[in-house]
Amino acid sequence: MTTALFSIAGAVAVVAAVVVVTTRRIVHAALWLVVALGAVAGCFGALHAEFVALVQILVYVGAIVVLVLFALMLTKAPTNPLPALTTRRSPFAAVVAGVLFLLLGTGVVIAFGNKKIKPVPAGAAADVGTAVFRVWVLPFEVLSVLLLAALIGAIVLSQRSGKLSEPDETVSSSGKGDD
Amino acid sequence: MPLILPLLLAVLLFCLGVYGVLARRNAITILMSFELMLNAVNLNLVAFDAWRLDGLATGQTLAVFVITLAAAEIGLGLAIVLLLFRGHGHVDADTARDLREQPELQENEL
Repeated sequence: MTTALFSIAGAVAVVAAVVVVTTRRIVHAALWLVVALGAVAGCFGALHAEFVALVQILVYVGAIVVLVLFALMLTKAPTNPLPALTTRRSPFAAVVAGVLFLLLGTGVVIAFGNKKIKPVPAGAAADVGTAVFRVWVLPFEVLSVLLLAALIGAIVLSQRSGKLSEPDETVSSSGKGDD
Repeated sequence: MPLILPLLLAVLLFCLGVYGVLARRNAITILMSFELMLNAVNLNLVAFDAWRLDGLATGQTLAVFVITLAAAEIGLGLAIVLLLFRGHGHVDADTARDLREQPELQENEL
């Protein structure tokens, strides 16, 4: 049952991912990304990682894709098909990706070809919460500092500085913010 | 469930992401391909967590951490893309050559 659910979600994810990287309409790529990420969240659910699935939907679909759509809007992305969205070297890129798939795929099959995932108990957010605050406290705190730094960095980068004197000001303010 | 199923799906998603990063021209689509690759990594982490069942939920915790890192990365990446658009009027990653090493080689490269 879980295998069937996982296979369906995985197939949807692969099809949506193929559309994301090949479509000529850039807004369609962003919207198919929602399907791909949601299907991957379904895969997480089939692997009994319900908390990760919910976080995936909240953060990826709720925040990241919306951010991408806003960026498309702000960069005046056209909604009509763009033939130049993929470069001329895309056959070489396909070859690189195919060779990488063969290498990684054979490695994975050789290493884990006959392993089985036993039916795992239903995942609980309590387990992840306990692990975060008991074992992974230091990475958690470092991650919060990193989020703050990314926040300040994004604000500094997106400030409108038309005059030449203003970049110095933004650099000094970012230095103060990092401290 | 065989462990190979999520692992092969992760490999496939990762390679699609690699193709997208190499073949796409628009910087925002390159960032979308990055997200696909990070999702493949998360799928690996969750699959190995379900396989090992170490009682600490290590894989799931690391997957949540990776999702957080992806949020930070996409925020900064899109800020840089907007800056590029403000300076150049396009988000074409192939023609953004401000940091290239030797400007006189531009005619040969194009």
